[in-house]
Order: sequence, then C-alpha cells, then structure tokens
Amino acid sequence: MADVIKNKYDFAVYFDVENGNPNGDPDAGNMPRVDPETGHGIVTDVCIKRKIRNYVDVVKEDEKGYNIYIKSGVTLNAKDKTAFDNFNIDEKSIKEAKKKDGDIDRKIRDFMCENFFDIRTFGAVMTTFVKNGLNCGQVKGPVQFSFARSIDPILPQEVSITRCAVTTEKDAEDKTNTIGNKFIVPYGLYKAEGYISANLARKVTGFSEDDLELLWNAILNMFEFDHAAARGKMAVRKLVIFKHSSELGNAPSYKLFDTIKVHKKDDVEYPRQFSDYDFSVDTDALPDGVECIIK
Amino acid sequence: MSIMLEVFGEYAAFNRPELKTERMTYDVMTPSAARGILDSIYWHPGMKWHPDKIYVLSPIKHTNIRRNEVKSKISARNVKSAMLGKKSELYIDAQSDIQQRAALVLKDVHYVIEAHFDMTDKANPSDNPGKFQDIIRRRIEKGQCYNQPYFGCREFPVNFRKWECNYIPTAYPNETKELGLMLYDMEYSHDGEITPTFFNAVLKNGVLDLNDCEVYR
Repeated sequence: MADVIKNKYDFAVYFDVENGNPNGDPDAGNMPRVDPETGHGIVTDVCIKRKIRNYVDVVKEDEKGYNIYIKSGVTLNAKDKTAFDNFNIDEKSIKEAKKKDGDIDRKIRDFMCENFFDIRTFGAVMTTFVKNGLNCGQVKGPVQFSFARSIDPILPQEVSITRCAVTTEKDAEDKTNTIGNKFIVPYGLYKAEGYISANLARKVTGFSEDDLELLWNAILNMFEFDHAAARGKMAVRKLVIFKHSSELGNAPSYKLFDTIKVHKKDDVEYPRQFSDYDFSVDTDALPDGVECIIK
Repeated sequence: MSIMLEVFGEYAAFNRPELKTERMTYDVMTPSAARGILDSIYWHPGMKWHPDKIYVLSPIKHTNIRRNEVKSKISARNVKSAMLGKKSELYIDAQSDIQQRAALVLKDVHYVIEAHFDMTDKANPSDNPGKFQDIIRRRIEKGQCYNQPYFGCREFPVNFRKWECNYIPTAYPNETKELGLMLYDMEYSHDGEITPTFFNAVLKNGVLDLNDCEVYR
C-alpha cells in the first residue's frame, strides 16, 4: 500500500458535451439541468462521482481494496465476494464484543475504508446501529466535488424521434410507430471544481498516493466508459491540479481557480467545439508553495 | 477574542430538520453551520466556537434541485458479518435502491460570520487563547483549512477570507425579518444522546444576532 497523501489539492475539471445530455433534470422531464436565472448548464456533483465510481469499478474489477460500495447494475458482477479479513468476533454477541472492544466502531469504519475505493475517497454514511450500541457514523472522505457549471449559457434542444417498432400488441393495432423525444445540448463546456483534504486522508480514510493517481485517471477517463445514446459526445478536456506543498494548503482555493482563464474566442458567437475557447492558466500569478499540473 | 470571517459561494443548503425527505433550506445560515465552517478551518478539543452574529450580505434567493439518491445506508450488521468472512453482498445497487429527492437550496450566498471561541477543560496546559488566535489568523490569511468548509452540504464549498472593513453592507439594511424557530445547534454534552436546540431567529437590518438569544430544547 502506498503512503497516505500529504498535500492538499484543489482541482478544476473542464469537460464538454456535443449533441448530448450531460445530466438530466428529473424535475424537468429529463431536460439538461439549467440554472433558470442565467441559462448556464449544471451537472451535479453526484453525477460526476457516479462516473468516477463506474470507471474504477471497470478498471479495478474486484481487485482487493478497490471495491465500489454504491454500484450501478450490479447483477453483472454479483459474484462471490472474497473472504474478508477476520477480526474473530462472534456475530451473536455484538454487545459483548462492544464491551470487550470499545474500538469496534473504528474497526468497522477502517474495514470499509480499506476495502472500498469510493468510501476511502468520497466517504459514506454508516448506520447508527443503536440496538447494539454501535455507531460508525459518518465517514467524511477527503475528495469533495462541487456542481459543474457551463462557461457560457447553454441552449437545450428537444429532438423528436420516431421508432418503427411498437411495444404492446394493443398499441400495434392502431399505430405503426411511436414518437419519442430526447434532449440535447448542441455544445457545452463545463467546469467542476474539487478539493482534496490531506487531513481527512491521514486521519480518517487512508486515501493514498496510489488512490490519488487512480482518481486523476478516473477523472480524465470518466466519460470513456460512459457512452450512451443520451450522452452524445462527452470528453474531459483539461484537468488543472493545484498541489499545495503542505497538508493544510498554501493559498485560498478560490484564488487558485481564478488563475484559470477560459473565454470564448473573440470571433466566436456560438461555441461548438473546444477549440472555440481560449484556455490558459496564469502560472506566474500562483503563490509560493503551489504547483500547477495540467493534464 | 473575536474574528470576522467573510464566506461566499454559489449554493447553500441549511436543511430544516422538520422537512428532511424533500430537503428545504432555512433562509439564512444556522449557527451550527457557521460553527461547522469555523471548525473545518481550525478546531481543537481545547476550544469551542461560538458564532455571535451572522451578517447577510446578498439577498435571499432559492433554487430547486432534484437528484437521484440511494435509499439505504451502510448496515453495521452486514459489515460485521463480512468481516467474519461470511458471504454477504456488501454494496448498494444504485439502480434498484433509488430514490429521487428534491432540495430547495439557497443561491449566491454571501455572509460575514462574527464569532469567538472559549477554552474548554480539554485544553493542554500549554494552550492559551492567544496561541489559538494566532493559529486561526494565520490559517485564514493563507486560506488554509483542515478540510474545505461547506455551506450545509459538501457539494456547496465555502470560499473564505478575513473581513477587513468596519462597515458591513447587508442586503436588508432597514428591515426586520421574522425567520421563526430555527435550529441553533446540536447538543452533544449528554453521553450518547444528541439533542437539537432551537432559537427564535430574527434578522434585524440583515444581521442575525445570536448573543443572549434564548435556546429551546
């Protein structure tokens, strides 16, 4: 196992969508999420975290220590779980075990963190096992994501489609095809910001340098295994990482994010591709003790 | 020893405990959320933060977000049997365990928190208020924190810096807003029993004054 991370990180992910729906809004009939006031597109933090979990699940398939707690479509890999480490506690006597071992809560927490990449990274809520006096509580993971927001306002479009097959026989009697619809964003460049706390990694979950490397890969490739009819073409364009030289950080995060400049090029009215944007990081403006890595 | 901390961000959710399934935020930051922000910048068992005043600098605006969430939480029982080597399915299937929940959250929030801390009896003999004050001042100036503070939920990060001016322009200079009964904080002093406490919140001239407010259990 590699060492637990020792530096604070702030990072910004820039990803774009072409003719797809990056994140549907269940409140608006699955239309792309839009800030109603500004027209900017939104992608929720949980949407991004879902993709990171899926990526890790695919590349680390059942490798020890890289299980994913919150899975989607598990039936495919609902195979025998490897035997987990054993702390020799009799199941029927949790109460006694608790008396004997006041540390059982922490052991359960550590066990989950060791085995599950997503708990080590994002944290999890464990049940308060009141009856037996167990309280594993909340595990705060070191990695924190904010909502992603598009650089410019987006214009969601409704595209009507037809299909020539009909689902039920009753329907088939009076029609030959059905009409459906999907929503697309012709183009949108989004930015999500993230934070990694080295303190939580060291004191709570043990998020390591290896895990960090895997996280960067997962972010860079999160859309590669996520192609679907609804998504269109999505890709991560830039990942800007600010590595602080210390555990607590060397500068306020928002000042670092301000050094990234992303603008539509002057002659572009309606951006339709990443090259319609000027992208730069003012590395000269970075304070001492902060290293910028652009991937 | 008091500090003035300016905090701002794009969203915030200070959820009302009475409206939990479909979350709804309070109109302004709760004292416990303010304490949480201060705690994530600096905290030590030898001290306790007390927010004194919360200044509301931007008008109160709401927006609605509905998300797919999972229903269950990790069950300690399942984890224990897995630890014993039993075959148990230790994961949640996000597709079958799904729940859509809406959240009414605040948008474009901007506050100044005025707070002080008291020493507790868990302080080491070498600790003193001056030492803590210096550490806090340095952390705020450098933008350092234990973990990134957040407005109620972790997806709504807080930007923070020291508030330097004497004058604080609030969004409601000549108004008194009755906000009703609001969560003050959780009371942890009774072993194993966590109880919420409430107070009658009044936003006077854009300031939520927490000094000498009566706290109900």
